[in-house]
Amino acid sequence: MNREHDFELNSEDEVIDLHVNRREFLEMTGTGIFLFFFIGKLPAYAQERPGLRPQLNFPADFNAYLKIGADGRISCYTGKIEMGQGVITSLAQMLSDELDVSLEVIDMVMGDTDLCPWDMGTFGSMSTRFFGQALRSAGAEARMVLLELASEQLKTPADALSTENGVIIDKKDIRHRLTYGQLAQNKRIERHLTGKIAVKNPADFKIMGNPVVRKDAREKVTGKAKYAADIQLPGMLYAKILRPPAHGAKLIDVDLSEAERVKGVQVVRDDDFIAALHKYPDVAELALSKVKAKFDTPLLDLDETTIFDHLLKVAPEGTVLTKDGNLQKGAQESRALFEHTYLNDYVAHAPIEPHAAVVNIQGNKAMVWASTQTPFMAKEEVAKELGIPAKNVRVMTVFVGGGFGGKSMSLQIVEAARCAKLSGKAVQVAWSRKEEFFYDPFRPAALVKIKSGITDAGRINLWDYHVYFAGERGATQFYTIPHQSTVVHNSGWVAAPGSHPFATGPWRAPGNNTNTFARESQIDIMASKAGMDPLEFRIKNLSDQKLLHVLRIAADKFGWKPAKAPSGRGFGLACGMDAGTYVAAMAEVEVEKATGTVKVKRVVCVQNMGLAVNPEGARIQMEGAVTMGLGYALKEQVRFKGGDIFDHNFDTYELPRFSWVPEIETMIVDDKNAVPQGGGEPPIITTGAVIANAVYDAIGIRMFQLPMTPERIKKSMKKA
Amino acid sequence: MEESVQFKLNGKPVKMIMDSDRKLLWFLRIDLGLTGTKYGCGESYCGSCTVLVNNRAVQSCQTTLKDVQGKEIITIEGLAQNDILHPLQKAFMDHDALQCGYCTPGMILQAYSLLQKTPRPSASEIVEGMESILCRCGAHNRVILAIQSAAKEIQGGGLI
Repeated sequence: MNREHDFELNSEDEVIDLHVNRREFLEMTGTGIFLFFFIGKLPAYAQERPGLRPQLNFPADFNAYLKIGADGRISCYTGKIEMGQGVITSLAQMLSDELDVSLEVIDMVMGDTDLCPWDMGTFGSMSTRFFGQALRSAGAEARMVLLELASEQLKTPADALSTENGVIIDKKDIRHRLTYGQLAQNKRIERHLTGKIAVKNPADFKIMGNPVVRKDAREKVTGKAKYAADIQLPGMLYAKILRPPAHGAKLIDVDLSEAERVKGVQVVRDDDFIAALHKYPDVAELALSKVKAKFDTPLLDLDETTIFDHLLKVAPEGTVLTKDGNLQKGAQESRALFEHTYLNDYVAHAPIEPHAAVVNIQGNKAMVWASTQTPFMAKEEVAKELGIPAKNVRVMTVFVGGGFGGKSMSLQIVEAARCAKLSGKAVQVAWSRKEEFFYDPFRPAALVKIKSGITDAGRINLWDYHVYFAGERGATQFYTIPHQSTVVHNSGWVAAPGSHPFATGPWRAPGNNTNTFARESQIDIMASKAGMDPLEFRIKNLSDQKLLHVLRIAADKFGWKPAKAPSGRGFGLACGMDAGTYVAAMAEVEVEKATGTVKVKRVVCVQNMGLAVNPEGARIQMEGAVTMGLGYALKEQVRFKGGDIFDHNFDTYELPRFSWVPEIETMIVDDKNAVPQGGGEPPIITTGAVIANAVYDAIGIRMFQLPMTPERIKKSMKKA
Repeated sequence: MEESVQFKLNGKPVKMIMDSDRKLLWFLRIDLGLTGTKYGCGESYCGSCTVLVNNRAVQSCQTTLKDVQGKEIITIEGLAQNDILHPLQKAFMDHDALQCGYCTPGMILQAYSLLQKTPRPSASEIVEGMESILCRCGAHNRVILAIQSAAKEIQGGGLI
């Protein structure tokens, strides 16, 4: 399995005990029926991960629970967080359907480290795949427990009872009934669920599979939804922190006197960490601007053009992911050989909500509100920074304004803790857009080198694939090729010091955008050489039935007519797999030759994600992923010199806007008998490749680097 | 400069002595606790801080208190009347025209301003009118549908 997440804590030997004292939560939540359940697979999988630091002692008994209150409300306590991907709604849908209650009575209590059992974090399209399955089973089993409790009270055998919208009814006498809330009155019942109860048959779904209004929609359209920077505490100060001009720069001299003279400002310092604090963020910023600081900035002769040679030079030995046949033989037998290198630049996560955190220390306890995908990791890091036991730290994740993998570190949270410790006040740290661009762990710049070959019959005979710095996700090819090898140089998205001049991290479907772009471009190049339609060529070389199926459906929906590329139509296609989901995309583009501008007119995206529990939610994710993907395909590129990031804001770093967005048609092949797979990430993997292939079809120019900016397209046209 | 500043905010008069060079964004968020208006970029490139000044969308991160002296401001908190949602708010809910929701207040107020000028906008007029607001989650096409549907409802006198 792919590397989904890096735990970046410092100590090698430290053991963090994640077992929880059950009483610690339950005292907070009073009477009711408590049902504990275990996600199982997820922590176990994390535990197997090599190189995990520190040693985490994972909970073995439960990592989520349900509470049925006397008021009939059902609460689900989970460490997962809502960042726009819609799990606050889709998880509630699953639970309400299995438990047979209306969606309105479900309260999702998410990402609060005091109320919710430990959770690894929200990433890797795992919430529905793993947690959702466990939650459904828990809902079904909770319903059985309620029937059993009602059977005792009603003195009626459980099999003579049925449930209907939160009420247990005697089938023979419908006046003989109890609500779920009545069962919970004046009681405290704790049950450990076995996780072995079968879930509903899709044919019996009442809530799952049907469109519903998002549970968070009303709060979000009225401005009531709270994000971390919206948390204001009495006496709280806003901190603005002194930043180096470049990564790696060292503070050599500083004069704080002028900043300290700003009325009401408190300046704190701990070695190189300097911050101006004020009850207004604008005044704190003004004070910070008066700090006179000199930095020693290392000269690093790396920029967005030289980085690729550098990366090849420092690349680690590869790890062979897959190998079959004999590469030499494959080359000898091939009629035509193809050797190409594909590049992609560093890309920012750029959520519209910058990182923010509020920390309030009281005695030896700390309360934290933060925009984070990993609240439990943040808890450990704050405890470490403050030198207090982790159990004294409570992290509350409010709504997160977009994550995409970028909010998995805890830097801003640790900074807020540090400021709170130094100032003795509650402190909010909310990064400016410039800070956001500076500290974003970018999607790594990466290279893929492919040597491949085809036979006279249009069959792929050779595939020699090396990926550098993107990681293994999506690297394994799935075509039927007798002689093949896939080698990964640097696993995952973080590399050894000296590789990248700044931090890199997981970016929506990490690695797979790079790998799918390279693979699907190379496939198209071979198809064209073979004189074949790119769809026909893929069908000829594929045996995976699920992929063939999504490709055929996409072709049908798109109205794909076979033609050898470049046909001048501007049609492209690409397919791939991610997080267990199969994706096929087709696109139509128009290239303005004079300017090199690509206009994407239409995208069809089809996916098989197993059982789609919330098809409308999945479609929203698909549209969002296709749209976000336009950025890395066409424009998004971080410019830098050494550790100095030149992009500070959205004037130079352009995100997809309304005018870029094509007509997007999505379709989900609902594979009801399969388990649910990932939905948030897979549909973005094909966007780069599908546009690159469509550009080639339009103007006969093959683009080997993402993003395909107008300048690059014009340059390639000139060369051709 | 400290001076007397007054304006109408969500229908109510606001009057205070304040440094009138301060940005409206921070005054709304910090002094008044109206946190529905968001900071996204601080330099007018993203539109998350959009509010209405005399029914026109402006970016509050670039607007000083002096700029709004004597004017009428509406923030996202003031759009619903007595808990009855504005048709745009309702349409954004119905069309799932949001994901993380961070850009949503600015999106809705920009759309409000657009509909003031162009009550029945075509899709391309919506694209042009909404171009300045960034959304990273990619809810754009649903936002267009929501605005069209709200426009219809407003024109039809509240019925749809």
